[in-house]
Amino acid sequence: MAHPLPLTGDGAATDAASRSARPGSVSRSGTGSGNGTGGFVPRVKRVSPAQRASAIARLMTAVVVGIVMMFPLYWMVTLAFSPNADVFSRELRIWPSSWTLDNFRTVFGSFPTATWFGNSVVITAIVTVLTVTVNLLAGYAFAKLDFRGKGAIFLMVLSTMMIPVQVLMVAQFRLVTQLGIYGTFWAVILPSAASAFGIFLARQFIIAIPDELIEAAKVDGAGPVRIFLQIILPLCKPLIAVLVLLTVMYQWNDFAWPLIALKDSQLFTLPIGLLYLRGQYGADYGAIMALALISITPIIIMFLAFQKYFVQGLARSGIR
Amino acid sequence: MSADTSAREESTDCTGPPPSPADTYAVRSGKPSHRQLATLTSYGFLGPNLILLGIFLFLPLGWAFLISFQESNGFGASGWVGLENYQRLATDPTFWQSALNTAVFTLITVPLSLALGLGLAVLMNSVLPGRKLFRTLIYLPMVISGVATALMGVLLFDEATGIVNKLLREGGLGGIPWQSQGSAAFASIVLVTLWIRVGFNMVIYLAGLQGISPELYEAARLEGASSWQQFRYLTVPLVGPSTFFLLIMDVIYSFQVFDTIFVMTGGGPGRSTSVLVTYAYENGFVTRDQSYAAAIGIVIFLLTLIFTAIQWRGNRSRDTAG
Repeated sequence: MAHPLPLTGDGAATDAASRSARPGSVSRSGTGSGNGTGGFVPRVKRVSPAQRASAIARLMTAVVVGIVMMFPLYWMVTLAFSPNADVFSRELRIWPSSWTLDNFRTVFGSFPTATWFGNSVVITAIVTVLTVTVNLLAGYAFAKLDFRGKGAIFLMVLSTMMIPVQVLMVAQFRLVTQLGIYGTFWAVILPSAASAFGIFLARQFIIAIPDELIEAAKVDGAGPVRIFLQIILPLCKPLIAVLVLLTVMYQWNDFAWPLIALKDSQLFTLPIGLLYLRGQYGADYGAIMALALISITPIIIMFLAFQKYFVQGLARSGIR
Repeated sequence: MSADTSAREESTDCTGPPPSPADTYAVRSGKPSHRQLATLTSYGFLGPNLILLGIFLFLPLGWAFLISFQESNGFGASGWVGLENYQRLATDPTFWQSALNTAVFTLITVPLSLALGLGLAVLMNSVLPGRKLFRTLIYLPMVISGVATALMGVLLFDEATGIVNKLLREGGLGGIPWQSQGSAAFASIVLVTLWIRVGFNMVIYLAGLQGISPELYEAARLEGASSWQQFRYLTVPLVGPSTFFLLIMDVIYSFQVFDTIFVMTGGGPGRSTSVLVTYAYENGFVTRDQSYAAAIGIVIFLLTLIFTAIQWRGNRSRDTAG
């Protein structure tokens, strides 16, 4: 698959633009008012009843959608702070009868929650540094260097994104066992870092850097390594931001592989810890939700702080 | 690809004359040519990535094929059994049930994700107070871990104490047997999946919509096209590339769904929500029949491959035809 992700942001835009030329029967008398983006067309002044009704209907729909999307999260928070009696009562209650931190005490008191949190941080940090570095290097090679077999190798690297993790799980398990790292952090880290995730994005970004900059550096006698470090990297800050955010999110949430690669409960990451807690405490939903809340909070904060990068990255990389 | 730009670059890369047959002679005579040096440097940059991919992806992929032709005993595989594992698959009702469930799950979730994603993208692309906030709310679920989401699903849909059934009972409707009845359990998984996934579909569709020239809608309005006609004859065809891309991503995602099902239902009740991936995991790491699990993995791999090829070809012919 040479271009498996044809629609990355501006790709879609140009595609749409090129297609827009087709419906030729449509007269091009538009005044350039945005479809819904407001604009400066006189019509804005007179809002017909139909338009008002439509605006209200849209807002109502958005409110309903917003509530549906938020309710599960609201419910998680509520249960995390509710006494257990609330959770199991059969009466309908959408507000805790009293707020309590008991569930958090259980989670931190009876389980190595702080350790799990630390494990998640360490594994996510190492995987992110490794993956982003490796992907930047490869992205640069694919974008700006010429070498034998480039097309074929690029194709091969991208095709790995099509391989389902589950296909490899048995063989990867055997591999980490053979390598003697089964049950260690490295068993999680190394296979996770082996990903083409981000290479496509890195290549697209770096290829847009003007060749003139590179030429100028060459005239000054800079080799590829110096060019990479001094010319390319400083220009790649937005790219690095996107790669870091997406890798952190992916790794922090990763479940299937750490579930296989780790065995000692002291080394668990938060998602595996969550499952373990559920296995031990069965139906202590309050405690489960408290730990779930702890596990998702860092990512949510990160998302809210850097939403722009997240959304751009997702729209362009097409990888989640 | 970038063949043209990189070729240009290469010619200036050498301080000497542009690449000529002389270069290839230099290769043969053992002296490193500029081209060779450039290739060496390139592989230096690619090396870390290629080594990681080679060891942890391509090696296991080949290994998985081998394991699937062996017989398993506990941990290590032993003797070759040829196609025995695959023959067992062919007559294993649980495998077929899981394959069917995977197909049904994909056929339900993909169109729904696309439709909801497009609908929400159109809504969120229009004039709307608080548009940014609404967008954020819709995106949020996609950054939350699958396990946390699934556990949330467990709570919401608990038959006895879950809020969904409480609300239903309050509204005079009976509770739904989310855990004890197969199709209800299946529905709960579909709902949770949609909750996770509409955000991603909306992101891609929004990017697609923003590439459409507003003049087209203006023109259509002047010609008297209704909102529905504008949507049907302008928006839908013009976001075609986004739809194609999402179709691939959504199908692959649905096909490989694991976290949600593993945590919410574990494939139950009975086998009613068992899918290929959870069945492979169960064989590989619960009952420890790893060769059989590898064979299921290879089937998943081949199906993914076939789907991608069909999609790819379909898209190409559509592009050349249209």
